[in-house]
Amino acid sequence: MKFLREPYYILLDFLEMLGASGLFLLHLLRYTPHALRRPGLIFQQVFTIGAMSLVLIMVSGLFVGMVLGLQGFNTLNKFASTSMVGTLVALGLLRELGPVITALLFAGRAGTALTSEIGLMRATEQLAGMEMMAVDPVRRIVVPRFLGGVISMPLLVGIFNAVGLLGGYLVGVVLMHIDKGSFWSQIHAHVDFKEDFRSGIIKSLVFGAVATLIAVFEGYYAQPTAEGVSRATTRTVVNTALAVLAVDYLLTAFMY
Amino acid sequence: MKQTRTIEIVTGAFIILGFVALYVIATSATNIGSYGNAKGYVVTAEFNNIGGLKPHAQVTMAGVAIGRVSSIKLDPKSFSAVVTLQIDGHYNEVPDDSTASILTSGLLGEQYIGIDPGGSTDFLKEGSTIQYTQSALVLEKLIGQFFSKATAPGSK
Repeated sequence: MKFLREPYYILLDFLEMLGASGLFLLHLLRYTPHALRRPGLIFQQVFTIGAMSLVLIMVSGLFVGMVLGLQGFNTLNKFASTSMVGTLVALGLLRELGPVITALLFAGRAGTALTSEIGLMRATEQLAGMEMMAVDPVRRIVVPRFLGGVISMPLLVGIFNAVGLLGGYLVGVVLMHIDKGSFWSQIHAHVDFKEDFRSGIIKSLVFGAVATLIAVFEGYYAQPTAEGVSRATTRTVVNTALAVLAVDYLLTAFMY
Repeated sequence: MKQTRTIEIVTGAFIILGFVALYVIATSATNIGSYGNAKGYVVTAEFNNIGGLKPHAQVTMAGVAIGRVSSIKLDPKSFSAVVTLQIDGHYNEVPDDSTASILTSGLLGEQYIGIDPGGSTDFLKEGSTIQYTQSALVLEKLIGQFFSKATAPGSK
C-alpha cells in the first residue's frame, strides 16, 4: 500500500524515478551516434510511432480547431470582433494546444505501444537473449525508438496545427461567414514567427523527448510479468500527462 | 520485401506531410515575411511619451507598412523615450525632415508609428535621427485637461 507509507518514502521513490530516468536519458544519448549510423531502424520507428498516429492526430486536430473556432466566435461576437477568430485559433494551437494535446494523444497512441512492446521483450527474455549474443538491447531496441519519437513529434504537431487551422477556417469562414480576407489578415498581423511558431516547435521537440523517454524507460524497467507490463503501461500514460503539463508550464514561463 | 516497401513509402509520405504542414503554417499563418527582408536601415526617434507603443509595432507611411519598431529605451539624461525603427531597405528615400508620430489604429487598437514626409531632398539613412516627433495622445491627460479648463474660473 504505497499511499499508506510515510510521505518521506514517497518523496524518495519520486526522486529515485527522476534520477533513474535522467541516467537512462544519458545512456540513450551516449548511444545516439551509433544509432544514427543505422537510420533504417529509426525510420522503421518513425513509421510505427509517427505515421500510424496520423489519422488520430488529424481527426483530433480538426475537431480541436473547430471547437476553438466555435467557442471563439460565440465569445468574440459579443465584442463585435469576430474577425479575430482566426488569430485566436492560430495562437491557441501554435502556442499551447497543438504541442500539449499532440503529446497527450501521443502518450496514449504510441507511448503505450512502446512500453508494452519493450516490456514484453523483457518479460519473454528477448532482451536477455540479445545480451547473450553480445547485442546491447539499449543500442539496438531502445535508442532507435527514442529517436523515432523525437523526430515524429514535431511533424505530428505541425500536422495537428495545420489541420486545426483548417478546422477553425471551416467553422469561421464557411459556417459563420466571417470575411475570408480579414480572417487571414488578422492571423498575419498577430501571429509572430519567432515568438509563437518557433517556441511551439521547441515545445514539441521537448515534449517528444519527454513522452518517448518515459515510455521506453517504463518498458525497459517493467517487472517481467504480465501484471508488471500492464502496470508499466498505465504508468506511462499517467506520468507522461503529468510531466508534459508540468514541463509545459516551465517552458511557457521561460519563453514568453 | 513488398511490405517493407509499403512501410517506407508511408513513412516518407508522413515525413513530407509533416514538413509541408510546418512550412505552410510558417509562411501562411505567421508574419515571417517581415523577417525576410531584414536588410534595411535603422533610425532612431525621441519621444516625450510613447503611450502604449511596443516593440514589433508597425511603422507606416501613408498607411503602408515600411518597417517595425525594433527596440524602445529610456534616455537616462533627458528622460525621453528613444525608439529604434527598422525600415525596409527599398524605402530608402524618406526625407530626413519627416515627422514621426505615435498613432492608434481604431479606438482600442494597438499603437503604431506613422511617418509624415517632409520636403527635404536629403534622405534618412542608417543611424540617422528623426528630429520632429509627436508623442502619443494619452487619453487620461486629455480628459484631465478638458475638465480643468471647463471648471477653471473665468474660462468662458
